[in-house]
Order: sequence, then C-alpha cells, then structure tokens
Amino acid sequence: MHAELERATGEKMVLNFGPQHPATHGTLRIVLELDGESILKATPHLGYLHTGFEKLGEHLDYNQFIVVTDRMNYLSPLSNNFGYVLAVEQLLGIEVPKRCQYIRILMAELSRLADHLLWLGTAALDLGAFSVFLYSFREREKLYSIFEKTTGARLTTSYTRVGGVLRDLYAGFDEDVRQFITNFPKALRETHTLLTRNRIWMDRTKGVGPIASEDAINYGLTGPCLRATGITHDIRKAEPYSSYDEMTFEVPVGSNGDAYDRYLVRMEEMVQSCHIVQQALDNLPDGPVNVEDNKISLPKKSDAYGHIEGLIHHFKIIMDGHGVQPPVGEHYCATESPNGELGFYIVSDGSGTGYRIRIRPPSFLNFQALPHMLEGGMVSDTVAVLGSLNVIAGELDR
Amino acid sequence: MNEEQSVAESPLVLQKLQENYADALLAHEETRDGVAVVVGKDDAYALLEYLKTEAELGYTYLVDVTAVDNSQLESELVKYDYARFMVVYHLYSYQGCCRLRVKVPVHERDLRVRSVTSLWRGANWLERETYDMFGIAFEGHPDLRRILMPDDFDGHPLRKDYPLRGRGERESFNFETQNV
Repeated sequence: MHAELERATGEKMVLNFGPQHPATHGTLRIVLELDGESILKATPHLGYLHTGFEKLGEHLDYNQFIVVTDRMNYLSPLSNNFGYVLAVEQLLGIEVPKRCQYIRILMAELSRLADHLLWLGTAALDLGAFSVFLYSFREREKLYSIFEKTTGARLTTSYTRVGGVLRDLYAGFDEDVRQFITNFPKALRETHTLLTRNRIWMDRTKGVGPIASEDAINYGLTGPCLRATGITHDIRKAEPYSSYDEMTFEVPVGSNGDAYDRYLVRMEEMVQSCHIVQQALDNLPDGPVNVEDNKISLPKKSDAYGHIEGLIHHFKIIMDGHGVQPPVGEHYCATESPNGELGFYIVSDGSGTGYRIRIRPPSFLNFQALPHMLEGGMVSDTVAVLGSLNVIAGELDR
Repeated sequence: MNEEQSVAESPLVLQKLQENYADALLAHEETRDGVAVVVGKDDAYALLEYLKTEAELGYTYLVDVTAVDNSQLESELVKYDYARFMVVYHLYSYQGCCRLRVKVPVHERDLRVRSVTSLWRGANWLERETYDMFGIAFEGHPDLRRILMPDDFDGHPLRKDYPLRGRGERESFNFETQNV
C-alpha cells in the first residue's frame, strides 16, 4: 500500500488504497483522509477497467454481445448471459421453451453459488481466515467443472443464446449436480463453524460499515447489501421472470445492515439457491431448448448441411445485418444477479444491432455507498467493508 | 364516456400524473416493463420529486439514470422537436412493485438538466457517468466530474458521432503528465 503524508496540516494523513492492493480484488482505488486511525473522508476513483461495453453494444449484433456480458461480472458470467438474453427476448416478445427456462435457472443459481463462494473465500481471506478460502475454493472448483462440462468454458461461458441456450445439458449433469448439492451443505456448515460464532470474525464485521434501510434505498443498493438492512426485496420474488414463480424459496434478510449481516444473508442465500437447484432438477421438463423459430435460433446442424432451407436460415442468422432483429422500441429488464439488480435497457431501431444498450450494474451503485459506510470508521475496517460489498471491477467500470 | 373508461383502466401513476402534471407530460405509454412518460426539461425535477414523495406512489428507488443519443434515430427525433438527447430515469416503487421510465428530451444547444442528487444520493455517480459519456451537464450536482474516463479526456464516447475506436487516445495518452 502506497501512503503519502500530508505534512502541511500535521494532523490529516492521506492514504491511497489501491488500485493494485490485493484486497481490492481488481482495480479499485480509494483515497482515504485519515485523522489518526479514523476515516474522515473516503473518495473512490474508478474507471481503471473501463472497456466501453455499452459502446461495443452499438456495434455488435444481439448474439455477439453475449460474449461481452461474460466479461462484466466475471464471477458469475452465466447470470449476466441470462439477464441479457432475457431483455432481448422480451424486446422481441418471445418466450423460450420450459426446459430452456429451467436450464437457465439451474445455471443462474449454480453461478450464484459460485459467486457467493468466491466472495466468501476472499472476504474471509482479507480478514486473515485462510482456511475458509481453501474450503470455499474447493467447492467452487466442483461448480466450475460442471460449468466447463456444460458450456465448454470455465469463465467465458457465453452459454445462452437469444431464444435458447448453446446446447442441452450433458448426459451426467443431473448426477454431478445432485452430488454437489448433497455434499455442499456439509461444506457450508464447516464454514459456519469457522466463522459465524468466531470472536475475531464477529469483532471485525459486527457493526462495521453499517447502513440504514432508508439510506440503502436512497443510494440504490440492491441484492444482499440491501437485504442485510432488513428489506425483503428480491426481483426473483417481486417480478418473477423466467420460471422463478414455480420455485419455492425464502428471501433471507438481515437487520443491522453491517458487514456481518451481509455475510449471513449471503450464507443463507446459498442454502436457498441449493433448494432452487434441487427443485429445478426434480421438475426439469423434457423438450427442445431453443425456440422453434428459424429466424431467431440456429437450425440443427443436420438441417444446415442437409437441406437448403436449413442452410439459408443458418446463413441469414450468422450474416451481419440479417440476424435477430427486434422491432423498433425500448425495453428495460432487470434480473437478480448475485450482487443485486442487473438491468439491461435496450433501445432498438429495428436493425440487427442495438441502437443503445445500457447496463445497469449492481456493483456501481453498491460501491457508491462505500464512503457512507466508511466515514467515521477505522482504517482497518476498509478491507472488511470493501470485502462485504463484493464489488467486481469488470462490472463497475464496464 | 370512452375517455373516462380508459383513464380508469390506466395504472395509478398515470392517473396521478395526468391529474397533477397534465401540461408537463409530452407523451405516455404503457409498456411491457411498466409505464413510460416523457416530460419537458423544465418540469422534470418537480415531477420526479412528486413521484418520490407522493405516499400513494412511493417511487423511492432510483434504478438508473442514463441518456440516449437519438441523432441517428429519426423516428424519435421528429417526435420531440429534434432534441438530440434523451435523458432516461428508471424508477421503482417498492410498495407497488412497479417500474416507471421518465424520459426528458434535451436539445444540443442547451445541454443542461437539473440534478436529482438532492432527491436521491444514488444519482450522484449515475449523473456523473451520463455527463462523462454524453456531455450532459447536471445543474446543482455537487461533484460533476468525469467518472470512467480520465479527467483530461476530450470528447464524450457514447455520442453517436464518436468513433468506436476512439480518436487516437492510445497514441496521444501522456503517461508522465497524466494527473489521475
């Protein structure tokens, strides 16, 4: 950590935190003004990972943009894929087959587990709990093997397509996932025994970085950070999309809005995600995984190679300017990503490329409340609060 | 008679707005994602404040602030007197579980909109980003600086006349004098 003393006043010290500090998980930078060890003022600086995703969206066609969504929240690319194609499909006014909806929910919940597990491991590691990191990464590795088998990639999954998914689940998926959700609660219990009643963990997180529920709404916090303040709001419940209305699950809430409650909410969300995965597996319908509309989803390879219609449809979808073309209009679609409300606002001019694609990232608004949580606290709490927010730089800067 | 019926069927927020802000509303529609209204720039702040504070509506959560450069979208340009930009606010009401989109046309000759940071602290960075990307100035904003692009960056990347590959930023970026 690079520190510089502001000697002019003799009292105040300016501490530069990041952008390459190990606890910033990416490229975040906070300039802290300190009086002794207490924080007078915190000023976040961002943009270090700005990649121009929204500009790219105006130049890529609707299916090509899925690749960009992988790189937003790189801890749970499957959730981003899901949220984006859902927005395009709603703009098109189509609904994907039931099996596809269930597969998407399965993958979104598994990626929520993976996201929360990585958060748990690194947040605990930042505060010195190394074993938790090993436990959670052991479990996360199992999930990534499942993702790799399903999508062909660990990180850049690009699994969804407008009107469906890349391919159906692999033959042993059911068995692999059932084995995971059978063993996972045990791993979670191990973590609970390590942290939940741990004196050091409680001292470092309880009452640290608190935010009241009114302030949380005023700042636009969403996801676990909002629920930790005691507001029962989950987009999966409030505006059920895809087939979430057929799933039974609880929305865990906290009461103090501090780092400890954010930890507890995320831990319980993992349990609930397991319930959803279990239900989706038990009730997974048969049938196609893509909409049967040759203007939207690619034809079967056998058709593309064997029939002239199939070849034409394949060609039309792949060729620039002939693919998916939503009608002129605009649409905002929000999904509950692991970090909160992930929204896509798409303006279409009727062509195959979005006229404007706006991404409403949860991390951007969650990170904005950081000074509110830090100011008045101690400098050592910075790492604990930052860890509890789970800010992902790729999504923050886009 | 017919008119009364259609009003009775429309969502509460539209009824309320038509009662209180009939002159300010330039257009309104019910969309698949909620309700969308277009208001003039001078009335926007008062309308947003009303939406937030009116107890029956309770749009306390500002989801997003962004803008759209309509310069290549003729169908939108003609509707609002060739206003180049459209500032877009997305609101959500926790009590009604419903969404609302408020759009404000902004002419290029007068790129100023009143800031809503006094209503929602969350608007701070969202407005900064809109300023950064489109060059729309939010009056009354406490700290209107660029947020994603460097402070000395020239131009506004999400405008339609800004090229995808930039204007030579890599070549002319001076690492030594760059004051971050």
